[in-house]
Amino acid sequence: MMPVPVNDAASLLLVLAVLLPILGLCAMLGLRGLHPERVARVAVPLGVALAVAVLVEVWTGGQALHYTLGDWEPPLGLRLRADGLSAVMLVLSAVIILAAALFSQRQFRTPEGIAGDTRAPFTFWSMLMAMWSALNLVFLGEDLFNFFVALELLTFSAVTLVCLDGRTATLHAALRYLLFALLGSVLYLLGVALIYGRYGVLDIGLLHELVQADPVTLAAVAMMTVGLMAKASLFPLHLWLPPAHAGAPPAASAVLSALVVKAPFFLILRLWFDLLPPLPSPLAGQLLAALGAGAILLCSLVALRQARLKLLIAYSTVAQIGYLFLMFPLAAGPLAFWETIGWTGGVLQLVSHAFAKAAMFLAAGLIAETLGHDRIGEFAGLARRLPVAVAAFALAGLSLMGLPPSGGFNAKLLLLSAAAASGQWWIAAVILAGGMLAAGYVFRVLGAAMADGPAGEAGGPPSPLARQLVVLALALVAVALGFVPLQPFALLGIGREVLP
Amino acid sequence: MTPLVSAATLFGLCASGMVGIGLYGLIVLPDALRKLLAFNILGSGVFILFGVIGRRGAAAGLDGDPVPQAIVITGIVVAFSATALAATLLLKISDAENEPEDGGKDEP
Repeated sequence: MMPVPVNDAASLLLVLAVLLPILGLCAMLGLRGLHPERVARVAVPLGVALAVAVLVEVWTGGQALHYTLGDWEPPLGLRLRADGLSAVMLVLSAVIILAAALFSQRQFRTPEGIAGDTRAPFTFWSMLMAMWSALNLVFLGEDLFNFFVALELLTFSAVTLVCLDGRTATLHAALRYLLFALLGSVLYLLGVALIYGRYGVLDIGLLHELVQADPVTLAAVAMMTVGLMAKASLFPLHLWLPPAHAGAPPAASAVLSALVVKAPFFLILRLWFDLLPPLPSPLAGQLLAALGAGAILLCSLVALRQARLKLLIAYSTVAQIGYLFLMFPLAAGPLAFWETIGWTGGVLQLVSHAFAKAAMFLAAGLIAETLGHDRIGEFAGLARRLPVAVAAFALAGLSLMGLPPSGGFNAKLLLLSAAAASGQWWIAAVILAGGMLAAGYVFRVLGAAMADGPAGEAGGPPSPLARQLVVLALALVAVALGFVPLQPFALLGIGREVLP
Repeated sequence: MTPLVSAATLFGLCASGMVGIGLYGLIVLPDALRKLLAFNILGSGVFILFGVIGRRGAAAGLDGDPVPQAIVITGIVVAFSATALAATLLLKISDAENEPEDGGKDEP
């Protein structure tokens, strides 16, 4: 008989991280949808504390945390697991959601009196909580089918946030997003069926022991990867993202761009690095990198041509996601993947893009509120009107362009060095060209905003300083990530070498 | 008398046929409602595949493995919710476009 595993107090944190947002959602329902922002004021700081506690526990303990549900060991039961990368993702999500919640406290609150609209605030906050729980479940899961459920919860909450304002254009964007996401999830499920049929288990740790590079496994992983690519909006499956992310309310766009498209990418990482055995040929990794390169070059060019700020930022998201896929050929080699600078650079790109892009979408939200539009051609005078928001946009832009000091610079430098060291010069050229194009679209916005013009006077009242400071804080974190050391981090390797 | 193809193989072929038809429809058909139906055909194909895998007894050679059944039940619930959400969006869009005043005019 197997020994009964003991779930200690630290591993209970993992369950709480998934459960707390759902409890918040239940509380919002219990209050009949009134004043959901007050529930969020309690739930969000608690969630941040939980995520930080998991990170501290993983970091100081130097090993992954486990929680076995109901003490049923896999393959019968399910397991939650937090290694170094998952802990980083948990904290990242908690901080971005904290910023989105602070930013939205005034925008989405139940209005005083009986005449106001209570549905939009309730939908926003409850879907934000559902999304947060699903994200944490993706980052902590170990079971391939459990991931499917988490991804579906994530999609349903994200689609609802996209069409929150109910205009025809955003409804179309939400429907298109949903159809792409459904195609992705059904392909993923097909892969899960093949894996289960081949091995009879779905736990990543157990599969890691059993898996072989035979045709069934490769076909299954290929289908799961394509499905996840559609959800992560990797070029050429990105067509749904720009209208969806540009149409959502600013705080929702920030969470969608910073976190929701990263969850499927995180799963691709787990499949390719934790599940698959060493592949017989490097071609598959290079194919993913080639699609990433296509995203960087083409979508940056399209971003340059956008007339509206939110669409420009959304196309920039697709381009920056391309960088993430460069890490597949760059983390290969004689070293263990978590010790390569390609892996470190890719993860750092994920984190710094999340902060920079959240800052940009929130800044765009402030600009649109103040001016009543987000047409870049009419931004002249904006820098005088909203200096903090424009400064935050510029600082976040540093990270996207890859100029020092910023997290984006360190990430791109690490990827560039990895490409040069392994002789993959075409990747190095793409990284450099992508930086130039990003500079093009960021300076296009800044140039328009810095010009002298009428936007300095017209429009509604200026935004409260507190909201502008939230945006600035996010951009400053993206800059501060430029001070992390340029070497593989021990934290990101925790729990990788000893998969259960 | 042994049948020409086993039931598992026959249903496996049916499943792959439905997956193929659904995938084709989802990619090629322009209309969103048809895409939604194609998604359901594709999903049913995957569920039948799970049934075949359960029948073949993937885990420990069990005759009638229960895990795929549990997965299919969850999968059907998820697919039903997804279809309901998509149908609601379609209805909202059709309402908005049939309004005489501002139908379809609030493009960015």
